[in-house]
Amino acid sequence: MEKIKLTIDNKEVQVEKGATILEAARKAGIEIPTLCHMELHNMNIENKPGGCRICVVEVQGRRNLAPSCITEATDGMVIRTNSTRVLNARTTVMKLIVSDHPFDCLVCAKSGDCELQTLAKQFGIRDIPYMGEKSTYRKDTSPSIIRDVDKCIMCRRCEMMCNEVQTVGALNAVNRGFMSVVAPAFEMDLIDSPCTYCGQCVAVCPTGALSEVNHTSEVLRALSDLNKTVVVQTAPSVRAALGEEFGLAPGTLVTGKMAAALRRLGFDYVFDTDFAADLTIMEEGTELLGRLKAHLAGDKNVKLPILTSCCPGWVNFFEHNFPDLLDVPSTAKSPQQMFGAIAKTYFADKIGVNRKDLIVVSVMPCLAKKYECQRDEFKVDGNPDVDYSMTTRELAQFIKQANIDFHDLPDEDFDTPLGESTGAAIIFGNTGGVIEAACRTAYEVFTGKSLDKIEFHELRGIEGIRSATIDFDGLPINIGIAHGLGNARKLLDEVRAGRSKYHAIEIMACPGGCIGGAGQPFHHGHSEILAARAKAIYSEDEQKVIRKSHENPYIKKLYDEFLGAPGSEKAHELLHIHYYDKSDEITIHH
Amino acid sequence: MNKIKTLADLKRMQENVKSKVSLRDKASRAEDLVQVKVAMATCGIASGAKEVMEFFVVELDKRGIEAVVTQTGCMGYCFAEPTVEITLKDKDPVVFGYVDTKKADEIIEKYIKDGEFVDGIIPRNYETIK
Amino acid sequence: MHILVCGGTGCQSSDSAKIQSNLEKELALKRLQDDVQVIRTGCFGFCEKGPIVNVLPDNTFYVEVKPEDAKEIIDEHVIKGRRVERLLYVDPEKEKHVEDSKHMGFYKKQLRIALRNCGFIDPENIEEAIAHDAYQALGKVLAEYTPEETIEVVKKSQLRGRGGGGFPAGLKWEITRKSVSDKKYVVCNADEGDPGAFMDRSILEGDPHSVLEAMAICGYCIGSDEGLIYIRAEYPLAIKRLKIAIEQAESFGLLGENIMGTGFNFKIRLRYGAGAFVCGEETSLIHSMEGKRGEPTNKPPFPSVRGYLGKPTNVNNVETFANIPAIILKGAEWFASIGTENSKGTKVFALAGKINNVGLIEVPMGITLREIIYEIGGGIKGGKKFKAIQTGGPSGGCLTEKHLDTPIDYDNLLKAGSMMGSGGMIVMDEDDCMVSVAKFYMDFIVEESCGKCAPCRIGNKRLYEILDRITQGKGTIEDLAKLRNLSSVIKDTSLCGLGQTSPNPVLSTLTNFEEEYIEHVVDKKCRSGQCKNLSYYVIDEELCVGCGACLRNCPVHAITGEKRQAHHINTDLCIRCDACIAKCSFDAIRIQSEPKILAHK
Repeated sequence: MEKIKLTIDNKEVQVEKGATILEAARKAGIEIPTLCHMELHNMNIENKPGGCRICVVEVQGRRNLAPSCITEATDGMVIRTNSTRVLNARTTVMKLIVSDHPFDCLVCAKSGDCELQTLAKQFGIRDIPYMGEKSTYRKDTSPSIIRDVDKCIMCRRCEMMCNEVQTVGALNAVNRGFMSVVAPAFEMDLIDSPCTYCGQCVAVCPTGALSEVNHTSEVLRALSDLNKTVVVQTAPSVRAALGEEFGLAPGTLVTGKMAAALRRLGFDYVFDTDFAADLTIMEEGTELLGRLKAHLAGDKNVKLPILTSCCPGWVNFFEHNFPDLLDVPSTAKSPQQMFGAIAKTYFADKIGVNRKDLIVVSVMPCLAKKYECQRDEFKVDGNPDVDYSMTTRELAQFIKQANIDFHDLPDEDFDTPLGESTGAAIIFGNTGGVIEAACRTAYEVFTGKSLDKIEFHELRGIEGIRSATIDFDGLPINIGIAHGLGNARKLLDEVRAGRSKYHAIEIMACPGGCIGGAGQPFHHGHSEILAARAKAIYSEDEQKVIRKSHENPYIKKLYDEFLGAPGSEKAHELLHIHYYDKSDEITIHH
Repeated sequence: MNKIKTLADLKRMQENVKSKVSLRDKASRAEDLVQVKVAMATCGIASGAKEVMEFFVVELDKRGIEAVVTQTGCMGYCFAEPTVEITLKDKDPVVFGYVDTKKADEIIEKYIKDGEFVDGIIPRNYETIK
Repeated sequence: MHILVCGGTGCQSSDSAKIQSNLEKELALKRLQDDVQVIRTGCFGFCEKGPIVNVLPDNTFYVEVKPEDAKEIIDEHVIKGRRVERLLYVDPEKEKHVEDSKHMGFYKKQLRIALRNCGFIDPENIEEAIAHDAYQALGKVLAEYTPEETIEVVKKSQLRGRGGGGFPAGLKWEITRKSVSDKKYVVCNADEGDPGAFMDRSILEGDPHSVLEAMAICGYCIGSDEGLIYIRAEYPLAIKRLKIAIEQAESFGLLGENIMGTGFNFKIRLRYGAGAFVCGEETSLIHSMEGKRGEPTNKPPFPSVRGYLGKPTNVNNVETFANIPAIILKGAEWFASIGTENSKGTKVFALAGKINNVGLIEVPMGITLREIIYEIGGGIKGGKKFKAIQTGGPSGGCLTEKHLDTPIDYDNLLKAGSMMGSGGMIVMDEDDCMVSVAKFYMDFIVEESCGKCAPCRIGNKRLYEILDRITQGKGTIEDLAKLRNLSSVIKDTSLCGLGQTSPNPVLSTLTNFEEEYIEHVVDKKCRSGQCKNLSYYVIDEELCVGCGACLRNCPVHAITGEKRQAHHINTDLCIRCDACIAKCSFDAIRIQSEPKILAHK
């Protein structure tokens, strides 16, 4: 690769040809402030519209200031990143952006985590000499996401995520000039749009323009109601990210502290969604093997590949976009909903509580889960299997609100019976994890042999679309994996065209899987945070004694005492669902 | 429609269609050409100005002289109709009186071709604003 | 005999089609239809006096012709050979009728290259175009020149882009030629967005083949077989004529497959824009053509490297293209001999505002504003005093008296704080308030900003708001410093050419008319009387008879006075609603910049 040399703030720096000024400056240890720019390395996700103009620098010989995030560095360039001209321009632009922004930081969902606020502090903004009209829009609340686009600064990150990464097309820049904003077409509500509630727009929004629907106060109310028994379940990836909210390094596992915190918050039973993940493997794995055997036996009515269905954003996506393929995904419910169904039947019976007096709260890395638990299919006589779904961020907030010193907490265990899980369950949080867990069980059930090596490294990784062939004792099983809905679309298009070579496909809506979920602490464009979380998940798996779902003793007990066998009638009634064609629920088709 | 297949085709076609617009081209560079104005008011027409104008149009073209032949109103020399004003390049206009086709022939051959004056010139008695 | 009737959009909207059909009807009635041809042409440019009818070969130039004048033109001019005096243009200075266009001040100083055939040929008849050299340049290039040689001619001519930026056309072609790709595009930018500008429209309406031919030449040079014309959907006549022209050129084998037997293929399609100003910017234009939101992206990459659908794309505007065939046929040296050192050839301007001859003009580079305003434009309307001229469209700048003798070219306009732009020229007189003028342009810019980059989206809005405050009488001296800083930051940091030039109206008026701004913010005075809140409604005591009509109709009871005595307006109460003026039968109420009557009528 050709190298070039340039001078930034009197420092000479050598970079590869093609690097931007911003990249070159970083290499020289100079941090140029940015706002709209965002990059997730290794995932091919980048947002560089060059719109905010915060990162402008002075390039010798150039008439105007150059946006460093999109201007290529050239050999011999002489750059100043902090001349008075640059500082004045940067501050003036910042003041302009703030002049069209609400001043309600005190009550903003993003306060303390807002990139605009951080910059305003860094720039020392104390007054706005350019006050004037502010652009205002209708607030829009959907089951998962709140749009308060008065706070939109037109960074276009959400638009890029929704269109380029997820290919959902729910959010686009609309209107012109001062009234420009990112919104669904014709400024309709998100609920009428093709939105899947994957929440990746929220995950990247630098301000409070996009945020999750907060359920903390409902949970608080339930906890304070003496007539209610409140149980909580926590998704696998939450424990790998929650610590970040308390200043711990990304990738710090806080499973024990999390359980302890939940107990101190007053939850009557602290359970684990991982238990339900093991249950999911039993059901989904059985379905996979059933379809596979029928297929091998020549049954033409059986469709392959089978697709995982744990991810509610992904379920929404195929219900909207692939209504002709509704019989392809597994009918198994997601772990959250399996947990709810078992908690409000099996467990409620066990402790002798009426389902109406049992409140199930989930802590999820996800915004689509908020929508999922409100779906009518997951209710019995109007009573939902899962009452409230909180995000990792909401839990952290809740712990802080309750002035619990997180660092000082002892490590505690989950309660039984719904708190026991295997290593297979925890890896559900990573892309490739669900299918790896399924393979661990399916292999042993199918071949009747015990795995020599529990880990399937060929299924791991960060590439958007991956494939591997697993040897089921002489039978090659082709596995496909996609994370990010744009990648999922590619695999689905193959299935629709009849060209798919896979027997099974795992899909997760969020880049990286649940560790990159929209309910997780904000990554602010640092992809190394996601990598650290993924690593933590695998290390927890390694530390587990039991690492295959079918070996979870409490799962065995559940089948023995209550469900019978995987795929039984009872299991189908409680743990499986049907999907719906939702393509006509979108007001405007894309 | 036959397609134009070569540059030569295009040039040929241009020659063909040029005549249709030559009137306009000439008008745009009238001062470089011979300008013939035939007075065609009632008095002129009555004295045969129409035939004279026809003659100029046809004959000038036939004899390969680029000229602009126009009609104009009464020039005020009703006594000498038909009257014709000839303007050669870079020369002052000259008005001829009692022009019939025979006289017109003489004007073309002598004055227009060689700049040689012929009988019948009427002295000008007014300024035009041009 | 040929009768040319202007069929430009302007004249068509004042019934030129009816004039044409009436002329034809009259001719038929007199059985002269075979002797006299009526031809509908493109714009003559002299729109102030439209509709125009030009009778040839005697080149009589009739102005402001009405359909009912057709009979008289046929009866008098065609049959009797007498010019219809009352329809001739009257020279405003000499107060004399001028019968032909060559002697009109409006045309005398003009040099028509891009507009060479406008108002002269029937744009819907390719044969007329061919008779006037259309496709000769293409034929010559295909038969005699290599693409490199052709580019060399364009480079040598020093033709610069006429769309605003002034980038050398030949260099652009060369860069696009050197970009390696299996597919390239030639795009003609016909998204004319400046208010009051109609240069491109007139060329497309009057001589569409000149643009088609040039696009094919460009395609040959850069190695492209496909051209796209991005045209505003609001130009129905231009679209219609382009469609006819493309169809005719294809049927003649001058566009399409194997042009003139040389094996060169070039097809041209139309793409319609919705009329967003920013879509005149080439990257925005390309995004719009791709069906995306019309907004710019950073350059580089330039379209000549990565443009439409990611392929190398050469974008030139209509006027730039229209110059090309003439350059090929007459030679680069001829073209380069016209104009100034760094600006060659001519420029088409749309002359508008407080000027006698509103219209479309084409003048050699280097001409002065004085010549344009006083000779071609016929001076300021109503004999008022010239104050400023806005060049370069809405994001250009205001030039003043001191610039009147500056030769107009790309560099001098920039130096003077304005720009060439696409060629709008709006003249202002002593009655214009320069703060209001700046506000007017900022209003347009705010409307047309795409909203992508923060300085343009918010900064221009704030500029507008500050100007609005000043015209309301609520400005402070600090506002002037804010205007300056904001303007310079917007110029320095905006993403595209629109934003980078958008504060020009503010900066140029602040520079050239600072005292007017100070009057507004310090003295709370608007010398032109245009700013209502800074003006005073005053009753002239000598004219007022004390009838009480104003007093009874004042909605805020700001007027006092005894019957049959002169009345008074309390300025503090007055809301400047004009109700009193409407009711006064004695013309006694005046709006002025001072609270006292300045001079009696």
